[in-house]
Amino acid sequence: MSKIQQVNRRDFVKLIGLASGGILLGCNVSTSQKEFVPQEKGTFTPNLFIQIQKDGTITLLASRSEMGQGIRTSLASAIADEMEADWKYISLKQATGDAKYGNQNTDGSRSVRTMLLPMRKMGATAKLMLISAAAKKWNLAETDCEAKNHYVINKITGDQIFFGDLVDEAAKVEVPAQERLTLKKVEDFKYIGKTLKSIDLKDFTHGTAGYGIDVRIPDMKFAAIARCPVTFGTVKSFDQKAALETIGVTDVFKLERLVPPTGRFFGALGGVAVIANNTWAAFQGKMNLDIEWNYGENKSFNSVEFQEKLRKRVHQKGKLVSGSTGNVSAAFKESNNTIEATYTVPFLVHAPMEVPNATAWFKGNEIEVWAPVQDPQTARAELAHFFEIPLENITVNVTFLGGGFGRKSKSDFVVEAVALSKKIKGPVQVVWTREDDIQHSFYHATSVQYLKGSLDVNGQVTGWLQRVGLPSIVSSFKPMSDYASGFELNQGFTNNPYNLTNFRLENVKAESHLRIGWMRSVVHIHSAFGNNSFVDELAFAAKKDPFEFYLNLIGEDRVLEGTSDHPFDSKRLKNVLKTVAKTSNWGKKLPKGHGLGLAVHYSFYSYVATVVEVSSVKDKIKVENIWTAIDCGLVLNKDNVKNQLEGAAIFGMSLAMFGKITTKEGAVEQYNYNDYRMTRMKDAPNIEVTIIDNMDTDPTGVGEPGVPVIAPAICNAIFNATGNRVRSLPLADSGLV
Amino acid sequence: MNILLSINEKSYAIEAASETPLLWAIRDIVGLTGTKFGCGVSQCGACSVLIDGNLIKSCGIPVSFAVGKEIFTIEGTSETLEFLREAWNEGNVPQCGYCQSGQLIAATSLLDKIHHPSDEDIDTAMSDNICRCGTYTRIKKAIHRAAALKNKSL
Repeated sequence: MSKIQQVNRRDFVKLIGLASGGILLGCNVSTSQKEFVPQEKGTFTPNLFIQIQKDGTITLLASRSEMGQGIRTSLASAIADEMEADWKYISLKQATGDAKYGNQNTDGSRSVRTMLLPMRKMGATAKLMLISAAAKKWNLAETDCEAKNHYVINKITGDQIFFGDLVDEAAKVEVPAQERLTLKKVEDFKYIGKTLKSIDLKDFTHGTAGYGIDVRIPDMKFAAIARCPVTFGTVKSFDQKAALETIGVTDVFKLERLVPPTGRFFGALGGVAVIANNTWAAFQGKMNLDIEWNYGENKSFNSVEFQEKLRKRVHQKGKLVSGSTGNVSAAFKESNNTIEATYTVPFLVHAPMEVPNATAWFKGNEIEVWAPVQDPQTARAELAHFFEIPLENITVNVTFLGGGFGRKSKSDFVVEAVALSKKIKGPVQVVWTREDDIQHSFYHATSVQYLKGSLDVNGQVTGWLQRVGLPSIVSSFKPMSDYASGFELNQGFTNNPYNLTNFRLENVKAESHLRIGWMRSVVHIHSAFGNNSFVDELAFAAKKDPFEFYLNLIGEDRVLEGTSDHPFDSKRLKNVLKTVAKTSNWGKKLPKGHGLGLAVHYSFYSYVATVVEVSSVKDKIKVENIWTAIDCGLVLNKDNVKNQLEGAAIFGMSLAMFGKITTKEGAVEQYNYNDYRMTRMKDAPNIEVTIIDNMDTDPTGVGEPGVPVIAPAICNAIFNATGNRVRSLPLADSGLV
Repeated sequence: MNILLSINEKSYAIEAASETPLLWAIRDIVGLTGTKFGCGVSQCGACSVLIDGNLIKSCGIPVSFAVGKEIFTIEGTSETLEFLREAWNEGNVPQCGYCQSGQLIAATSLLDKIHHPSDEDIDTAMSDNICRCGTYTRIKKAIHRAAALKNKSL
C-alpha cells in the first residue's frame, strides 16, 4: 500500500460522493492477485477512503460489493478497532465502479485478504491524528493521551474529548508516517476476531435494503429479453403482433448480439426485447413472441453425450501437466494393489435468489447504471467499449446483491440494459426471469476425472495418476480454448495437499458449447470431489481408517512457499483434520444405517476439513450432521465466518444432492427451482463450525473454502453407511434423494 | 382496470390488468419493493405475503384476488413480526438478505398459528422458502427464539 494522505481537495471529496468537511484520509492499495478478468489499470490515487465528521460519524467508502459475505461489516470493523471508535458512529457508503477505488472485483475470497492491513493502518492513522490534536489542546505529550470508545482521554487528569470535537484541529495535523503507527495487539482487539452483527441487519429485516431489482427511477420502463435457447444462436425472424397487443407492452424490437473482443468482457447474447410498463407485462409479452432462430453450431450439443466423450478421453493418455513428479508407471508395475475410478461432476448454475437485472439510463454522451454487480469496473469498461462513451462519463452504481456466487461478476445483463436504454431513449430495467437465469448463464463446467492409484504392502500410496477433462473458463474470453488452463488446474489438481512421490496429472481436451464461467469455489469443486473420493477409496483398499490414512497422506510437517504471500503449511491442514475428528467424535459407534465421511481441502489459502454424518433409510440418504473446521488465519468477524461456513455447507449440499444442468440439442433442459433443486429447511442438517484460533497469521479466504469438501464428504459417508460408492454427482441421479 | 388494495392497513388505488400477479402489482405499481421476485412459479417463497392472515405466494395469484382483503408485507409491522425481527437480529441471520422478507413473512404466519413450534413444525412451515446463502439453521434457531420471546410476553 502507498502512504496515507489527507485528501482535502473539495472537488475530489465531491467526486467520490462524500459530504465536504471533516478529515478525509486516503491511501492506495494495489493488488497483484491474478484475475479471471483483465482489470482496468487505475491511474488515480488514493483509492481507499475514510472520513471523520464533526458529529463523530466515521464513513468508510465500501469499494467491495456486498453479496452476503458480510464484507461491509468486516472491513468497517477493522478501521473502527484500530481507531478505538464506537461502532454506533460507523457508516458506509457504497462506491461506484471506478478504477480510483482500486481493484473492486469481488471474487476469489480476497477482500479481507488484501485489504485488512491497509484498513487497520488507516484506522491507526486517524487515531494518532486525533490524539495529536488533543495533546496539543491539553499541552501534553501524545503519550499522555489515549483513545477509547470515540474519546481521547487525558491519562493524567482523566479529562476526555469527543472524537468529533477534535476533527477541526486534527485536520491540521500532519498525517503521521506509517513507521509511527503502532497496530493493536491481538489481545487488545475490541472488534477484530469478535462477533459483530451485520451493519445492514435492519434493512435486511424490513425489506428496505436496495437490491438492483428494487431500483426505481421516474418514468422508467421494464424489459424482458427472449434469448436463443442455443448458446450464440441468433434471431432469424419474429412476429411481434401478439407481444405488442399484451396489456402494458409498449415496444418490441430485436437486440443484436454484442460480441466481446478476444480476451476481455462478456458482451450480450442478444435476442428480442420487450419493453413494458411493469415487469410482469414484459414477461407476458416475451411469452407471446413468436420467434424463429438460427441455432448455429451449438445446436448439436448434448451434455450427456459430451460427458461420455470426456469419459472416453480420460481413459486414454492426455497432455502431461507440469508439476507432475516421479514415475507413476513404475509405481503401478511394482504394486500389487492398484485401484482405478472415474468421477463426474455435471454442469452447474449459480441461481442466486436475485436474478440478473440492471437499470440503465443512456443519456447521449453519458451513461448511468444501477446494478448488482460483483465487478463494477469491468462493467464500466465494457460499456465504454460497446457504446463508445468515455469512461469518465459512465457511472456504475453498485446496489446490494441478492446473492452473487460468481454470476454477477459477468456484466452481460448490464450491457443489455444500456443497449435497451439507448434504443428507447429513457431509463429501463431489464429483469431476467428465473428461467432465463437457469438457461442462459455462464455455467460452472462439467468435469470427468480418471484416477489410478497404487499402494504398497503397508498401505502407503506409491503412485497417483489423474486425468482431467474440464471445459475452460478461458473459452468465454478466447475461442478454441479447449483444455483446462494452468490457473484452473492450480485449484487443487496440480497443488493437491498430499505428499506424493509419484504423481502424474494429465489434461484432456474439453470443448465449450455453453458460456463457461466461475461459480463459488470454482475448480476446487472438481478437484476436491475427485481427490477426496479417491483418497477414501484408497484408504478402503489399504484397509485403513480414512482419518489415519489422510494424516499419513498429507505427510510430514512442511511449508511450501509457492508464489503467493500465503505459503502452504501441512501442519495447519492436519490440525483442521484432527480438530474435526474430535468435534465429530470420529470413530464413534453409529446408529444402524448411519455413516461418517471425511474430506479435507486447501483452497483460497484456507485449510478446511469436514465430517458428514448421513443416514440411509430405504435407500434414501439424509444428511444428519456436518462438522467443519477452518483455519483461515486471522478472523475478522467470528460470527460472520461461522455464517459463511454454515452457508457453504448448504451450498455444497445443494450441488451434491440436486445440482445438474443438462442440454439437449444445445438447449438447457432445466427451467426453474422445481427442476434445478435447492437444499431446503427440511433437508438442512445440524452444522457445527469450528474456527481455529490463529490470530497471529494473515487472514485467508472465507467465502468459498467451505464448499468443496461437502460433496465428497457426503459421498464418503454414504459409502461408510451403505457400501455404495457414488462417483457421479448429483445423488439424485443415483436415486438416493 | 382500477383496483383498490389495502396493504399494511393503508389503501392504494392502482391501475392494473386484473390478472397481474399480486407480486408485480405490489412491486412495480404500488412501489413497495420489500416483497421479492425469486422464481415466478411459487417455488421459492421470496414473494410471500399474508392475505387476511393466510400465507400466500404473491407471484402465483392475480391482484384481483386481493381486492377487499388485507395484505400484509415485510414493510408492515405486527407483534409477531417484531419478535421475529428481534430474534433475527439476535441470531445475525441474514447473509445477502434477499430471501429474508419472505422468510420473515412465512415465519410470522407460523408463529401466528403455532405458539410453540417444534423443529418439525418449522421444517414443514419453512420448506417452501429457499435461501441460496443457506441460513436455514439460523432461521430455525431464530424462530424458536422469537416464539420464546412472544410466549414470555403473553
